[in-house]
Amino acid sequence: MTAWQPSASIAALKQRAQIIQQIRTFFAQRNVLEVETPLICEHTVSDPYLNSFTCVDPTNQQTLGFLQTSPEYAMKRLLAAGSGDIFEITKAFRQGEAGKQHHPEFTMLEWYRVGFDHHTLMDEVDSLLQLILGVPAGERVSYSQAFENTLHLNPHTATVEALSHAAQQTDATIHFEQRDDWLDFLFGHVIGPGLGHGKPTFLYDFPASQAALARIRPDTPPVAERFEVFVNGIELANGYHELNDPVEQEKRFTDDLAKREQLGAAGIPIDTKLLAALQHGMPACAGVALGLDRLLMLALGVSNIAQVMSFTDPLSHLHDTA
Amino acid sequence: MARYNTSEFKSGLKIMLDNDPYNIVENEFVKPGKGQAFSRVRVRNLKTGRVIERTFKSGESVEAADVIETEMQYLYNDSTEWHFMVTDTYEQFAADETAVGDTKQWLKEEDRCMVTLWNGQPLSITPPNFVTLKVTDTDPGVKGDTSGGGSKPATLETGAVVRVPLFVQIDEVIKVDTRTGEYVSRA
Repeated sequence: MTAWQPSASIAALKQRAQIIQQIRTFFAQRNVLEVETPLICEHTVSDPYLNSFTCVDPTNQQTLGFLQTSPEYAMKRLLAAGSGDIFEITKAFRQGEAGKQHHPEFTMLEWYRVGFDHHTLMDEVDSLLQLILGVPAGERVSYSQAFENTLHLNPHTATVEALSHAAQQTDATIHFEQRDDWLDFLFGHVIGPGLGHGKPTFLYDFPASQAALARIRPDTPPVAERFEVFVNGIELANGYHELNDPVEQEKRFTDDLAKREQLGAAGIPIDTKLLAALQHGMPACAGVALGLDRLLMLALGVSNIAQVMSFTDPLSHLHDTA
Repeated sequence: MARYNTSEFKSGLKIMLDNDPYNIVENEFVKPGKGQAFSRVRVRNLKTGRVIERTFKSGESVEAADVIETEMQYLYNDSTEWHFMVTDTYEQFAADETAVGDTKQWLKEEDRCMVTLWNGQPLSITPPNFVTLKVTDTDPGVKGDTSGGGSKPATLETGAVVRVPLFVQIDEVIKVDTRTGEYVSRA
């Protein structure tokens, strides 16, 4: 018998539709414009740890483009073109990401607010979570404070030896070459799961080495004006006070590509159109991407992402089905 | 020997860690939005039964364990080894005391068991879920008591001791659940 049924219940899909409606109303009330950007993009993200699906033209076997991993670059080009505040609810695709909280094809809510910094945008994310999840107002904890609270380590100054010692309390066999990988491991295994219980945790001011596309504030030590949101230990959203300096942006691209090569990840072309848009001028803004399926998991109280998606079967072989 | 990449990890996969064969019990993909992805696995040591957790970086590979499970017929015990046979091929395997472990108390000649082979050697034996065994010793109990309200120990032909209802007598054949070691019914 062919298993044709959806992976989510019809009741869950009704709640999904209602919540998406609530989100659209939330942004309409704030005069944030809904936009749609292409799923197949000429350029894709340079993040060394993200792998894109490529689309091949069947007539000549040439690469047509990539399935987008987030609408970020396209939305920034809209901002540079004068769109003002925008939001998008879109499918995004990430090769090799499958698990209880991951599916290679998922839905992302991403939005940009002109004139906001990361703290003002955290306020808005907080309002949205209170509306959708009925949670109390969130707490703000700096990345450094979260490390101090849990591991009594300063993530900006701790030596690799101290970080590896802490990590080996969790798994004695783990080993990394890069300092940031130790931080990621500790964050993902020890700190993250403990955040956002009782109320959302907004974690902000990341190490400058993990800035991605956030501005770096020249404090001592310098920090990236980036935040992440955790609810019940689940990473729900990632936001930036957006970098809009084309020179710095190009440097980040180049650094990412060097790291991709070092990791053996696929080489990708630099998005010259994003650079051109930044050269034209993108207004100062803050932006955030929120995993809509995870928000639904939290709203519905389910533990597997498949329970909020109509169908996962075309890619279900990528999951451990046990 | 073959190797498995983390993207192939799933429960039931047999891998080598620290020179011992392990079975993946659970595999969880862990990845922050930015940064390195991991596979966090719970694995059972197939020699000791102990469950531990391990974390692998995505893209790492581990050696596959040459572990297969085969149904075999239990033949006999020669006081040091327990002998099993694949009935299709008549191929025979001898398991030592460590591999047989507590399972020996359920092994009756000609019963079919699952034998886990590691590099061609029996590593562990799983008895059938239910076995029928003859009672070789038990107290006579109260004659005529068929209410089932009470139990007594009974020794079975394989040496196992199980709690049985008072009405069960010597030479009767009973059905036992090997997973719990509990009496099910008269056979």
